[in-house]
Amino acid sequence: MPSADNSHDAARPGSVPPSRGEERPGRSRLAELGRRFSAGLQDFYAAPYRRSFQRAKRDQDDLFMMLVLSEALGLPNPASYYTLELLPVVYENFHEWHTRMGMERSPLNEISCC
Amino acid sequence: MNSIVLTLIGLAIILAGYLLYSKFIGGKLYRLNDANVTPAHEFQDGVDFVPTNKYVLWGHHFTSVAGAAPIVGPAVAVIWGWAPAFLWVTLGTVFFAGMHDLGALWASIRNKGQSIGTLSGRYIGNRGRNLFLVVIFLLLLMVNAAFATVISNLLVSQPTSVIPVWGAIVVALLIGQAIYKFKWNLVVVSIVGVVALYALILVGDRFPISLPDTIMGMSAGAFWVLILFVYAGIASLLPVWMLLQPRDYINGLQLFIGLGLLYGAILLSNPTIVAPAYNNNLPPDTPSIVPLLFVTIACGAISGFHGMVASGTSSKQLDKETDARFVGYFGAVGEGLLALGTIIAVTAGFESLASWEETYSAFNQGGVVAFVQAGGSILNSGIGLPESLSATVLATMAVLFAATTMDTGVRLQRYVVEEIGGLMKFKVNTVVATIIVLVCGMGLAFGADITGSGAGGMVIWPLFGTTNQLMAALTLAIITVMLVRLRRTILPVVIPLVFVLVMTVYALIVQLGQFYAAGNWLLVVLDIIILVASIWVIFESAMAIGKARKEGPDLTDDPQLAEEHSGAQRR
Repeated sequence: MPSADNSHDAARPGSVPPSRGEERPGRSRLAELGRRFSAGLQDFYAAPYRRSFQRAKRDQDDLFMMLVLSEALGLPNPASYYTLELLPVVYENFHEWHTRMGMERSPLNEISCC
Repeated sequence: MNSIVLTLIGLAIILAGYLLYSKFIGGKLYRLNDANVTPAHEFQDGVDFVPTNKYVLWGHHFTSVAGAAPIVGPAVAVIWGWAPAFLWVTLGTVFFAGMHDLGALWASIRNKGQSIGTLSGRYIGNRGRNLFLVVIFLLLLMVNAAFATVISNLLVSQPTSVIPVWGAIVVALLIGQAIYKFKWNLVVVSIVGVVALYALILVGDRFPISLPDTIMGMSAGAFWVLILFVYAGIASLLPVWMLLQPRDYINGLQLFIGLGLLYGAILLSNPTIVAPAYNNNLPPDTPSIVPLLFVTIACGAISGFHGMVASGTSSKQLDKETDARFVGYFGAVGEGLLALGTIIAVTAGFESLASWEETYSAFNQGGVVAFVQAGGSILNSGIGLPESLSATVLATMAVLFAATTMDTGVRLQRYVVEEIGGLMKFKVNTVVATIIVLVCGMGLAFGADITGSGAGGMVIWPLFGTTNQLMAALTLAIITVMLVRLRRTILPVVIPLVFVLVMTVYALIVQLGQFYAAGNWLLVVLDIIILVASIWVIFESAMAIGKARKEGPDLTDDPQLAEEHSGAQRR
């Protein structure tokens, strides 16, 4: 459907008008196919490992959470002046974190999430 | 016999199975219906539950289930002649594997995408979950030991493949870096990766590496087995993006290239099949064809491992319910084609019947090494690659397929060990669990072979087949229970189920006698454990099926039907 393709191109703001006589009707369809193939390949690469990545990210976040809270947990932390600032950022995930770490109730008196 | 004719007959049977039989079981038996919402949509989370294009999903499914096993099994089993292996692979793919894989997908999507392990708890009973853990532990143990031996045999018999096989690990490490550190485009990375791998094959072909006969007091084969387990242990502990993910990917691409090369060469060279259709001149000590054929070829005819992949990951990504037919059934077809190509190669890739009989001089002789040599000569006459280079290409591919399975196997078994530890209220950390897995695997690979060459894996190949079939039987029992509850015909599932169980138990008893006669006590004990597990599977499934028959119909597994039913009652 060459006409549909052209109208689509024209409708898109800032799209390069077909010039130098290179733009053939099939070309954008070819590009579309290429894009879809590439996306499919990307999926083929990434999908089997999504869960492992999620787990690795969570482990890292858990470690980070502990660093931020270390002073409050009684571990001296030379960077506590800076990590204090991050407290509001990690607060949202605090409840999930302490339950995952096997503590049913919040271990800190200052933070009562449950 | 003309090999093209046989290939075409095989292709016709398998494709007819996909076009006709899968339509029947997908429509009448499982009643796939796009009106049902799949778990991928219902629980969409961007991690496990992601609706995926069916071709991409088929690609995952196929590359996860197919590996070296559909090559090794048929390459061993043609010793009875090409006809039995050919029939078991083609008919097995159509009536067993396809039905089983599609059924596992169906069972899982009708149960929130849960895995066979969870489903066995639900449909077989409380002990079902423990039974599943026992079977899966045995299965993975066999996989690791058998595949380490397959790889080690290839590395010894084809020294030209040593450089590409180990170089492939470096290529995978670099690909991981290229993708995550340098953000290269995946299409470019894939091309560079495949080209690099084939360049390594050229290098390896020029510079073969043979180990001396004894290293550190053991044979070359045993030494490779040791190195392979150490590698697999390290690989399973590295972050996946570094090694396993790119390695899986590149090896997955090889599967398509390999299938293309194999069939292309057969069609171009049209070799004559020299092996007899039914071998009347069997080497002495060859076990009887019934039941051993049916456990020697597991993958390629029916394999329980597929059910794990289908219910573990594929079911969580199915976009539409009717896609299950393509993903599940056609995934089995892909593996059947690999097995079929192998049968053609190992029966037609020899100059004469005499040279074929020389290679297949005893049971478990031949095997994947024969595939590499025979396939190499077909590639040579088909596309004109020099014979040694063709053999290197095929050996490298076979090793990479086996290595992907072994990598995954070690990783999966680690999870199983951790889970069993958890059930016994005992926390096992990652490193300890990995060490347990490696010790068990190596213990079996070395212990199974009383000569101490580390080649024990091949002795246990048929035993691996039995655990694989047992896993399949467990899945088929779950499917049967679900069908009984829906009051549908169960014969298409029950006949294969009974067949597989009978062959498995029969094969276990036959092998028990062999191991006992050989005085191999490790395998005697292992055989008895598997036998007990099979009898346990038979009893539990029979009880679960009987219970489901006695209870009234339960339509919860078919949302559409349940809705219609309750609608009718309201009226």
